[in-house]
Amino acid sequence: MSSPSPGRRSADDRLFRLGTGFFALLVVLLVAGIAFELFRTSRLSIDKFGWAFWRTKVWDPVAGEFGALPFLWGTLYSSFLALLISTPIALGIAIFLSELSPRSLRTPLAFLTELLAAVPSIVYGLWGIFVLVPVVRSLETSLPEWLRKTPLFSGPPVGVGMLSAALILAVMVIPFTSSVAREVLRAVPPTQREAAYALGATRWEAIQAALRYGRTGIIGAVILGLGRAIGETMAVTMVIGNNPQVSLSLFAPQYTMAAVIANEFTEAADDLYLSALVEIGLVLFVVTLMINILSRLLIWRVSRQVRVRTPKAEPLSTAREAA
Amino acid sequence: MNLAARRRALSHFVVVLCGVAVLVALLPLVLVFFYVLRQGITALNWDFFTKMPKPVGEAGGGMANAVVGTLILIAIASAVAVPVGLIAGTYLSEYGRKPFASLARFTADVLNGIPSIVIGIFAYGLAVMPVRRFSAIAGGLALGFMMIPIITRTTEELLNLVPSSLREGALALGATRARAAFSVMLPAALPGIMTGILVALSRIAGETAPLLFTAFNNRFFSTRLTQPIASLPVQVYTYAISPYEDWHRQAWAGALVLVGVIFSFSVLARVVTKRLERMHAR
Repeated sequence: MSSPSPGRRSADDRLFRLGTGFFALLVVLLVAGIAFELFRTSRLSIDKFGWAFWRTKVWDPVAGEFGALPFLWGTLYSSFLALLISTPIALGIAIFLSELSPRSLRTPLAFLTELLAAVPSIVYGLWGIFVLVPVVRSLETSLPEWLRKTPLFSGPPVGVGMLSAALILAVMVIPFTSSVAREVLRAVPPTQREAAYALGATRWEAIQAALRYGRTGIIGAVILGLGRAIGETMAVTMVIGNNPQVSLSLFAPQYTMAAVIANEFTEAADDLYLSALVEIGLVLFVVTLMINILSRLLIWRVSRQVRVRTPKAEPLSTAREAA
Repeated sequence: MNLAARRRALSHFVVVLCGVAVLVALLPLVLVFFYVLRQGITALNWDFFTKMPKPVGEAGGGMANAVVGTLILIAIASAVAVPVGLIAGTYLSEYGRKPFASLARFTADVLNGIPSIVIGIFAYGLAVMPVRRFSAIAGGLALGFMMIPIITRTTEELLNLVPSSLREGALALGATRARAAFSVMLPAALPGIMTGILVALSRIAGETAPLLFTAFNNRFFSTRLTQPIASLPVQVYTYAISPYEDWHRQAWAGALVLVGVIFSFSVLARVVTKRLERMHAR
């Protein structure tokens, strides 16, 4: 290799920086392009319906009436229920793996919980239809009569519906929340726990001290899970019943934003119909974007505080967490 | 019970609860695995890979078109995502401290969290709407967009693991930065990066939502990139929500194939990563 002259070299280096930088720019442009494209296609619907789109309940493509409230409700309600179920479990896993588990169990257990995230949505959906939904149905029919009269459990016990969707979502969200929460707990300096122990704290009290120290990151982990739940499509579509209604009932077949896009996008014959669906996609995009930005900022804040101790290794697991 | 005993009891109780949480989370994993294996294994045979779908009512047949379709879609996705991810990751590793690098890194992470169905809409607008036809290219693009952030970030992280003395050595010998990055750093990090690509592939191999209205589906055998194409996940979906018993069986077989491929990718990636970590720790 003949050494290029210093001038050549700095020119080469600049070319290298700009060239590779261009590909990094592509990543940024991709997100910008998604935003632009969604906005462009949904303009028709936005201009025509305005905010009423999200406040009305009638979804009748044939009549040209588009109200997305039931989908918004279904997405929010199912995600809320899923977080209600998944958060305690995910935090339990994170605590167990970072504070309690014997060292030898730690890696295999972490790997197994991460495998939960590797199962494709469609497989969860298939399992949901043929295994979970029948179980939920028998659960629903065995519920005492007086409970069935409450709004939370009203309606026929068909199995497909909000409860099945929330359960599946919870399973799918757990690995994301738990692996980030575990990473956050690991980043908490051991001095926090040692100080607690020195003051006579029990194990749980020491853990509480660690949780308190990392709380912004823990909140970030939960919010990251929320983003996953909101965008989840196939498994939910297959078990939620796809019935646009606003209902508190866990038994009621309902519908989500992602599900309606998945089901109706290819059928959207006219521009307005398509535009309405894309507007739903736009809101999904904006909401998950904000959730991701927020959760990442929260998680970063914790890991920056204690940069010194943040483990450098495990590139793939961190890459997956970023997922 | 005095206060100290109560505190200790509570502590023990919480410790047990945390252990239970692990078991509760592993239960669905075991159940999904068990059912996919049990239902899938009876339906899975050589025909599945070599025969075409039979019309409704006729038993037998396979998903040869969907298997080939998935391979084609993955190939297109990789062709898009691997170069972009590799080079963008190289930039992030070489110039990671620049504000623009922070922005790109952040965007990649955020892109990772965007629902796949939304990415599907984008690919639809980009590659389906202008030509008014579903196509393998549109589906491959959608999957590729999902792979880009994963490959970018893994490449960056693995390049950062390579000791910088290697780069400094190359630069001291008079190499340009490009030369140091592409002929020294990248090859050193290559095994890990390949694993990162495997992880990215396993993430998208089972993706269904973004294919529904990009690659669409095809009852027939097709390798044309400008035509709708079948894929395993979409075929599993179509069969799962159909009312036919025989199709359900085939859906389970398809799920088994997907899960089998994805799990072996994950395990392989895990093993290679562990080995690399040990190597770099030395």
